[in-house]
Amino acid sequence: MRMEYDVIVVGGGPAGLAAACSAREAGANDVLIIERDTEAGGILNQCIHNGFGLHYFKEELTGPEYAGRFIKLAKEAGVQFLLDTMVLSVDGHTVTACNAADGLLILTGKAIVLAMGCRERTRGAIAIPGDRPAGIFTAGTAQRYLNIEGYMVGRRVVILGSGDIGLIMARRMTLEGAKVLACVEIMPYCNGLNRNIVQCLNDYDIPLYLSHTVTNVEGLHRVERVTVAKVDEKKKPIPGTEIYFDCDTLLLSVGLIPENELTKDAGILLDNATKGAAVYENMETRSEGIFSCGNVVHVHDLVDFVTMESKKAGAAAAAYAAGVRCPKDGKVITMKPGAHVTYTVPQAVRMHHAAESVELSFRVDQVIGNSEIQVTDGENLVCRFARKQMAPGEMEHITIPEVLLKRVSGEELCISVKNLNQEERV
Amino acid sequence: MTELICIVCPKGCHLCVDEENGYAVKGNSCDRGEEYGKREVQNPVRVLTSTVYVEGAGGRCCPVKTSEAIPKKDIFRAMAELKGLTVQAPVKTGDVIVKNVCGSGADWIATKDMK
Amino acid sequence: MYDVLIVGCGIVGAAAAYQLSKYKLSVCVCERYNDVANGCTKANTAILHAGFNSPVGSLEARLNVRGIELAAEICEKLSVERIQMPTFIIAYDTPHELAYIEKLYERGVANGVKGLRIVDRDEALALEPGLNPNIRAALYAPGSGIVNPWEYCIAMAETAVRNGAEVKLESEVTAIEKKDDYFVVTTSTGIYEARYVVNAAGAFSADVYALVGGKDLIQKNYAGQYYILDKSQGEKLHSIIFPCPDERGTKGICVTPTVHGNLLVGPDFYEVQDGDHVGTDPATLENLKEAGHRSVPGVDFREVIHEYAGVRPNTNCPDFVIGEAPECPHFINLAGIKSPGLSSAPAIAEELEQILAQCGLTLEKKDHFTDRRERIIFRTLSDDEKREVIKRDPLYGRVICRCETVTEGEIVEAIHRPIVPRTIDAIKRRCNAGMGRCQGGFCSPRVHKILARELGVKEEDILMDEQGTFLITSALKEEAADENGI
Repeated sequence: MRMEYDVIVVGGGPAGLAAACSAREAGANDVLIIERDTEAGGILNQCIHNGFGLHYFKEELTGPEYAGRFIKLAKEAGVQFLLDTMVLSVDGHTVTACNAADGLLILTGKAIVLAMGCRERTRGAIAIPGDRPAGIFTAGTAQRYLNIEGYMVGRRVVILGSGDIGLIMARRMTLEGAKVLACVEIMPYCNGLNRNIVQCLNDYDIPLYLSHTVTNVEGLHRVERVTVAKVDEKKKPIPGTEIYFDCDTLLLSVGLIPENELTKDAGILLDNATKGAAVYENMETRSEGIFSCGNVVHVHDLVDFVTMESKKAGAAAAAYAAGVRCPKDGKVITMKPGAHVTYTVPQAVRMHHAAESVELSFRVDQVIGNSEIQVTDGENLVCRFARKQMAPGEMEHITIPEVLLKRVSGEELCISVKNLNQEERV
Repeated sequence: MTELICIVCPKGCHLCVDEENGYAVKGNSCDRGEEYGKREVQNPVRVLTSTVYVEGAGGRCCPVKTSEAIPKKDIFRAMAELKGLTVQAPVKTGDVIVKNVCGSGADWIATKDMK
Repeated sequence: MYDVLIVGCGIVGAAAAYQLSKYKLSVCVCERYNDVANGCTKANTAILHAGFNSPVGSLEARLNVRGIELAAEICEKLSVERIQMPTFIIAYDTPHELAYIEKLYERGVANGVKGLRIVDRDEALALEPGLNPNIRAALYAPGSGIVNPWEYCIAMAETAVRNGAEVKLESEVTAIEKKDDYFVVTTSTGIYEARYVVNAAGAFSADVYALVGGKDLIQKNYAGQYYILDKSQGEKLHSIIFPCPDERGTKGICVTPTVHGNLLVGPDFYEVQDGDHVGTDPATLENLKEAGHRSVPGVDFREVIHEYAGVRPNTNCPDFVIGEAPECPHFINLAGIKSPGLSSAPAIAEELEQILAQCGLTLEKKDHFTDRRERIIFRTLSDDEKREVIKRDPLYGRVICRCETVTEGEIVEAIHRPIVPRTIDAIKRRCNAGMGRCQGGFCSPRVHKILARELGVKEEDILMDEQGTFLITSALKEEAADENGI
């Protein structure tokens, strides 16, 4: 088999599929996706619910349908696949992988795209107190048991965390005969999309406890009881507010973490806020010719945006593979997260590539009503965007037009949010 | 007057439906939002998704959905139609698994190629 | 009729079985759990102590020093991860602490601990840059080490079985009847006869002793909680760090790397009634953070991946309780094996051998004793070795646990060893699958399937860990809601 490629994509989920397709569209000849599962599609394969694709395909698809469309597109585009294959390391442009059929593979790519996705935060990471019985699952693991393996993992369920997978699993387990007793969220707002509160919790009368958390798990062998308590403003449980749920299962939907072990070992610079690679406007990392896209860069809410971001990475990887280089001495503008903004992607923009407008994605640190996103160059306001409502659970997107970018005199642009409903407290 | 959160897209618009004024909808950002608001108050419907067992394929389960949104009140009846069902591979995306779910006119259809 | 029946297959029972399997004896180990290494052995600090902590002249002191010598040999022969690593007992500038490390030094020398030194702050920091720079001095003990405790136990138990011993799982001993010159031992799975019975029941050794009339031994178990941190933190330290003890005289909260490259912080110390106590609580864990930071300021507790609690099987007797029971000849206690039990285990087994000989058991070496155990740990192989092993068995090319790079080949090999692992955690203990940062979120459904396939059982019957820890409640739609909802 071939050992040299124009573009090697690590990961065959939605990000990897879109990047590979667009790399082919942009003229790369040999594009390879390396996927550890026996089929491409990644986590979409177990997301059997609908709601995907409204932005990209302009219709509502289930996860497997969305994946299926991209797998078909990739195959038609001549993307090559190495399935059931694990990448062990990325060292410069050399990728070491292994599988049962080919053994150890050492492959090189003129350009590399890292699209490994993310993993779920676990009980250990958030230190839920109590016994250590069976019956505590991350929502995604439970989802795999139900939707791929065909097994129920509980009859009476409490869900900690209001991430979308948790909400989706509340409905899914209810439909399959379980009783979901509560969805518990430590923050004063829900982390999932509003529509999922309506169609996953409200439709089935599942109570959502905001500003509550799990303070104890009891059970010698299997979960028997979970204690939930209200928390104060510092997220500390308030004694006397305990509610006890007799249940056999605790599902966790308490956050996703970009899976960047390969990136880290490759010596690629990571952003502390996103836990993903720091990227430029075309999704190139700080290591030349290595690109990154999708949930491994920053965790998205919607697969459609993963697709769009990844197409950008794929096209740029193809251009790099064809020998197109960004001048090293060109102007670079760093994006600085300001008030209420936790991070931005990209983290920096190279003006050489800013021949078009630049799209920025970011998240806010709290629920904010009527407000304005401001982009400032030192003292100067470059542009602003009005918003009626923003929440940490929903990624924001803005586009800075090319003409405005070109006027920037400093080396830093600050992205901040001004709450128009209240005076900022000093 | 009924307040709703639109579920048509991830935006989640806050809708106001006035039952006494011909189900006039306010707060929507698109036509589909208006349609949702009117229907949600009168006859709420949902697209339902689930799985059926499949034999002769790589996996054990084939994901399915209702081809159209079905009345909310029929959701559990629609789920029961899948009980005890096993389909034979190959299955193609869009294949009808159960026709006319609860007499709604929608079908349970496969959402993945299984071979 | 067995020559020797050992109650309990934790580290002590396994070491005993391993030692006795060298002789022409029929040996049986009865374990109440569905796997070996499932009590105190699976939740402890995983340290091979240098031996300066135990009182001069105690059994503990002698067996600890001998035990870690034997551990070096056994771990080498049986492919158990063990890393020699110095211990620092750090002292701040207080008369109490400085005097304390002096006392430990003297005690250590008297116990026969080699290489002990008091080092000043600068030397300590040069040897271990991760230490709190505000210390004044430290006791430096180069002879200590860290070990994979469950692997250590599994390796000895497996080797015993390879050499003819029997391990009976899910066999809780409920009664022991003394006949003239043998015992009738009733367990939850069968009744066995044996000429000698060895009590290695860990946190329940007083209960087992009581079955033959032992009244004076009282179990006083202590529990302690631990944090496990990601490998990003494990890299920060290359030694075992203890503070000087608090007023209660316990060892204090340790910060140490693990053989898997993680960092471990713990334990605290409190008495528990329940020998199965495994819970954690927020206040205790908060204390661990504080204490951990005090010894090693660079630890980032945002990188925690796991917490657990372990039990130290302590009794009312200050030392290990080792010997033939005075009220019951041929019943030998290996009881109260608290810390440094893990360090002492193989020396305890040597001790047992002598006691049995004194009690009249004939010990004649076997002609053939298999004292080797090979293991393939895929992630530690070179590229060429990886190629070779995948060519020999393609299952080694399929990575199941991505955090720890554990292959299907390793898992299948583990399943077909002499003591069959039947649960997700039993695989975790043998192969490290699920031990990493995603804590099995990704691999546990896959391990689940491999177990069911290899064992020829239904997936519904695969457990997470000990009996009762079921994962699947039913096949999908077997109990689905009917039209009336739930």
